[in-house]
Amino acid sequence: MKILVVDDEEDVKPLFLQRFRKEIKSGAVTFEFALSGEVALQYIEAHHSEVVLILSDINMPGMSGLELLSKIRHDYDNPPPIVMMITAYGDDENRKQSMELGADDFLTKPLDFKTLKEKLHITG
Amino acid sequence: MTAENIIVIALIGYIRKRTKSKDEIPEMDKVLLGLFFLSIGLLVIDAIFVSEAFTRWFMFLIVSGVIYLVYQNEELKLVRTVTYSIIPFYIVSIISSAVKLISSDLYDIIDNYIQTAHLLALLWIFAMMYQNNKQVKAEKKAEQLRLIELDKQRILEGKKEQLEYQVAERTQEIMQQKEELQVALSELRATQTQLIHHEKMASLGELTAGIAHEIQNPLNFVNNFSEVSIELLDEMETEIAGNNLEEVIAISQDIKQNLAKIAQHGKRADAIVKGMLQHSRSSSGTKEPADINAIADEYLRLSYHGLRAKDKSFNALFKTDFDPHIGLINMVAQDVGRVLLNLFNNGFYSVDKKKKDHPEGYSPELSVSTKKTDEGVLIKVRDNGYGISQEALEKIYQPFFTTKPTGEGTGLGLSMSYDIITKGHRGTITVDNKEGEYAEFQITIPFQ
Repeated sequence: MKILVVDDEEDVKPLFLQRFRKEIKSGAVTFEFALSGEVALQYIEAHHSEVVLILSDINMPGMSGLELLSKIRHDYDNPPPIVMMITAYGDDENRKQSMELGADDFLTKPLDFKTLKEKLHITG
Repeated sequence: MTAENIIVIALIGYIRKRTKSKDEIPEMDKVLLGLFFLSIGLLVIDAIFVSEAFTRWFMFLIVSGVIYLVYQNEELKLVRTVTYSIIPFYIVSIISSAVKLISSDLYDIIDNYIQTAHLLALLWIFAMMYQNNKQVKAEKKAEQLRLIELDKQRILEGKKEQLEYQVAERTQEIMQQKEELQVALSELRATQTQLIHHEKMASLGELTAGIAHEIQNPLNFVNNFSEVSIELLDEMETEIAGNNLEEVIAISQDIKQNLAKIAQHGKRADAIVKGMLQHSRSSSGTKEPADINAIADEYLRLSYHGLRAKDKSFNALFKTDFDPHIGLINMVAQDVGRVLLNLFNNGFYSVDKKKKDHPEGYSPELSVSTKKTDEGVLIKVRDNGYGISQEALEKIYQPFFTTKPTGEGTGLGLSMSYDIITKGHRGTITVDNKEGEYAEFQITIPFQ
């Protein structure tokens, strides 16, 4: 399963790689990382069929996670990738908006990787 | 001989009256009065006994005495003209008396001449008296003029005094006003200090949300990296038990990397907290070497996330172009940070407003660049928002001038920024602007 992680923080990459160390090793999951919504869209465009799940931060300079979500929902309908939104502010407004825009789930920072893994139905 | 007597009596009377000797020179007056009564006495004796020769020569003595007195005393200067005018008459009288004494025949012969001479001498007296009278009148007139002049002067002096009084009164009023103004000024200064404090606190409030976000991110990394490191250590133990040395080394390298990340993000949070404290603290005003790029980057993030936190719909692209060769520059870091925060907040505010007015086809953008120059550093903050109108452009550095709705801006941001850059750092702050298109603030800070 290929997961695209979209976050403007660079250190998200080593964190995910270590947190999913076993899963990556076992081949259950592979990761791609994008530092902005724009880069994420480019990647999706090029690798549309590969990406199964998108984990996106909401609060990013430039294109926000919500914009990215709405673009994905608009442009990539078949098959629709699973999109989970992550944000530092676990407020209702962002959650509501994410749901309205068609997000599959909503995660708050700091990320609880155990919960995330349960949601992804994968185990090391 | 009565004419000579009467003349001398009249003369003494005139002298006493003219010189006001009774009041002015009483000593002299006694002498004059004595001579006066003596002359009257002689006139009476002359009338009763007709002893001409005796009274005549005595008479001449009195006249000589009077003339001598007038000649000798400065107090009697006034009457000299009139007094001397009788001299020719008496000389004629003396000559005629002397001739009579020597020879009556000769006297008879020259009697006519003597009478003529007497007449002429008398005329001379009148002429002199007339002349004197004229002079006295002229003197009186001059005296009158002098009195009028004096009067005028007195009036003028009165007016002058009045004016001086008025001036003093006005001066006092002005002094009082000055004192009142000084009180008002010191009150205004106190208010200004308070307002500056408010402005600082207000911008701190705006910062808080940004700071929360900025601290939350590194804290998440600290927590996550330490958690994952614990997991890694568990794995490592397993690998050690399985004697898989290669894997052990790989894991240990990951742990090392994680610890470095923990330290890095810990420092990041630390720097943010320090920056916040610095912002709220009153400026110490001491310049210390500081990294302008780091300051600009930090405040840019704080501004962005602060606005994001306040308004979820806010978004903008920000670009940085930092010159890595600047090095450290002497400056009051928190003051310069405040200036930049202000410019960023203003820029973001402007692009956000434009974005809300034109949701389609407009991409809000703010860029920051630094560049080392020969004199110091040039910082540019550019946004593609609405720019500044021509009317507003003249006032942007004025305290309390704001284009924001009431309650949203204090109008002190740019005014404080201007003071900090120009007065605090001897730098310049200028704006390149096109209304409706963009605004670019350019700041120079010279090497101190």
